[in-house]
Amino acid sequence: MMPVLGYWFGIAWLDAILRLAVIAGVMTVVVIFLTYAERKVIARVQQRLGPTRTGPAGLLQGVADALKLVLKEDLRPTTADRWVFELAPFMVFVPVFLTFVAVPFTRDLGVRFLSLGLFYIVAVSSLNIVGFIMAGWGSDNKYALLGGVRAAAQMISYEVPLVLTVLGVAMVASSLDIRVITERQDVVPYIVWQPLAFVVFIIAGLAEMNRTPFDIPVAESEVVGGPTVEYSGIRWSFFQLAEYSSLFVLSALGADLFLGGYIWPFGSNPPGWLQLILILVKTSFMILMIFWVRATFPRLRIDQLMSYCWKVLIPVTVAQLFFNGLVLVYRWPDILLLVFSGALLVGATAATAVAVRRAARRPRDAQAVRDRRLQYARGA
Amino acid sequence: MIPLDQVLVFSGILFALGVYGVLTRRNAIAILMSVELMLTAVNTNFIAFGVFHRPSLAVGLVFAVFVITVAAAEVGLALAIILRIYRQRTTANVDEVDILKW
Amino acid sequence: MSVEQWVFYVLAAIAVGGAAVTVFARDIVRAALGLIVALLMTAGVFVLLSAEVIGLVQLLVYGGAVAILILFALMITRAREVTYRLDGPQKPLALLAGATLAAAIGVAVVGTVFPTNTDHINPVGFVEMSTALFQTYAVPFEVASLVLLVALVGAIIIARQEERQ
Repeated sequence: MMPVLGYWFGIAWLDAILRLAVIAGVMTVVVIFLTYAERKVIARVQQRLGPTRTGPAGLLQGVADALKLVLKEDLRPTTADRWVFELAPFMVFVPVFLTFVAVPFTRDLGVRFLSLGLFYIVAVSSLNIVGFIMAGWGSDNKYALLGGVRAAAQMISYEVPLVLTVLGVAMVASSLDIRVITERQDVVPYIVWQPLAFVVFIIAGLAEMNRTPFDIPVAESEVVGGPTVEYSGIRWSFFQLAEYSSLFVLSALGADLFLGGYIWPFGSNPPGWLQLILILVKTSFMILMIFWVRATFPRLRIDQLMSYCWKVLIPVTVAQLFFNGLVLVYRWPDILLLVFSGALLVGATAATAVAVRRAARRPRDAQAVRDRRLQYARGA
Repeated sequence: MIPLDQVLVFSGILFALGVYGVLTRRNAIAILMSVELMLTAVNTNFIAFGVFHRPSLAVGLVFAVFVITVAAAEVGLALAIILRIYRQRTTANVDEVDILKW
Repeated sequence: MSVEQWVFYVLAAIAVGGAAVTVFARDIVRAALGLIVALLMTAGVFVLLSAEVIGLVQLLVYGGAVAILILFALMITRAREVTYRLDGPQKPLALLAGATLAAAIGVAVVGTVFPTNTDHINPVGFVEMSTALFQTYAVPFEVASLVLLVALVGAIIIARQEERQ
């Protein structure tokens, strides 16, 4: 290991604390600029300019927002359940922070490289569901409670396809160590062998982060911001921090698992600066894609959202897992991984298209429904 | 290193708290929570005996996996039953579900 | 005393505290939150006992499970509107039974001479555990998956509303 990134002072726990502190600092800065980037990207998609006033090209907008949030008064409804309300933002934030521990950014840059890293990330990131429910319940506000319940239903459901996709990659790499998985991709990144897994990973990731088109838990026009409705100031900023940090972690993880991370396409051991550039470029690509999705798609209704998860995503990912097993156990050529996964991706796309068309279709007896409503309104 | 008996005392306390919860609660969901507590205490014991045994036994850990599996199945079924009872009698209080008593 | 032992004491104390909240709390949502504290800290104890896999499984399973428990609790008790009594009149007897059990377990643990070493962990390797789980005990493992499937189907059938009514 390089001296800077080896054990500082040679003491393991001091080293861990230092690295965590560095990660916390970096994360804050990243989040501040991610909010700026999101506003800028969405503005360009919608043919606006976005923030331009604060600092050169509006670069300091995120900093100004953060300062405002820190200085704002931290309000709490008098009827709120005090402890639950005040601890909820941390319960949302801490799991996301803990996932940072196991993500390798380059071969030497990361807090800890765990041999069960992938499993660790999956397990820890599932905990912030409890935080959302705590926020929804503790606020004593019907919109917050509705949002919390929606968040729980959605996040528990979409966790299943997310886990199944990363499991597919772990099967192909035959390891749960993210560093090993990344370094097996020095020739071919796993997006080639597992295209379906990559697509489902992004879809399920969007749902896990409560982002458009899966943002009904925090939808402003329906539940006025969901679980976060009663929060202000620094506690609200924790929710924001958690959302954008998990966006960053998910993108970095996706880059590591599917896009060859810090290795591909520069052989098995590129120099350190190149590794950093590679991972940053790939992570930015993932983030940009997620922003783009947000600017493009409308919101799903809750029944559409649930049936999409259980009737499309989970069956195809389970089928992919099954075919992966066949190919790997009987040592069939690797190209079959691509064939099966690609075929499933085509099938899933077709199913999605059918579902979207059906959802967009006008109900056949629309006139009858309208008539009945009219009659009802007249008191007939 | 942690001595074995301290781990066992820890799991014993958890188990006793769970037993108290099961005996005293009337709400079916609260009883379910206490049962989860007891199962976790049992798991702690399995794991502790597994890793303290020499040569170490993987059986303890394997059994812990099975306990967690069965616990998951049990929670699913129990919640379904509670939901059904609630729909029919609008209560989740186990003392009021006594129609089979006589 | 080693660092590990101190960490164990802290984790165990928080876990017991969470468990106490679970069984003594008057509000069912708080009880559920106490339960998740207890379960997470127990997962920490598992990791200390070098059973990282089980610890992570514990996190994965119970994070979602407790969320679902809270949902059901909210749905069924309407905790805010009605002040529900969660405990029955048998409380003192239950307290006695619990305390007796704890005392009995404590005495039994302290009084027993275990046939193995009691102050040294022999970590079970990941590979060793996987071999045991997927080869030696492959049939029980399959049966367990069958149990889960049957429970899943059964839960859906039981919980589904009849269309006739």
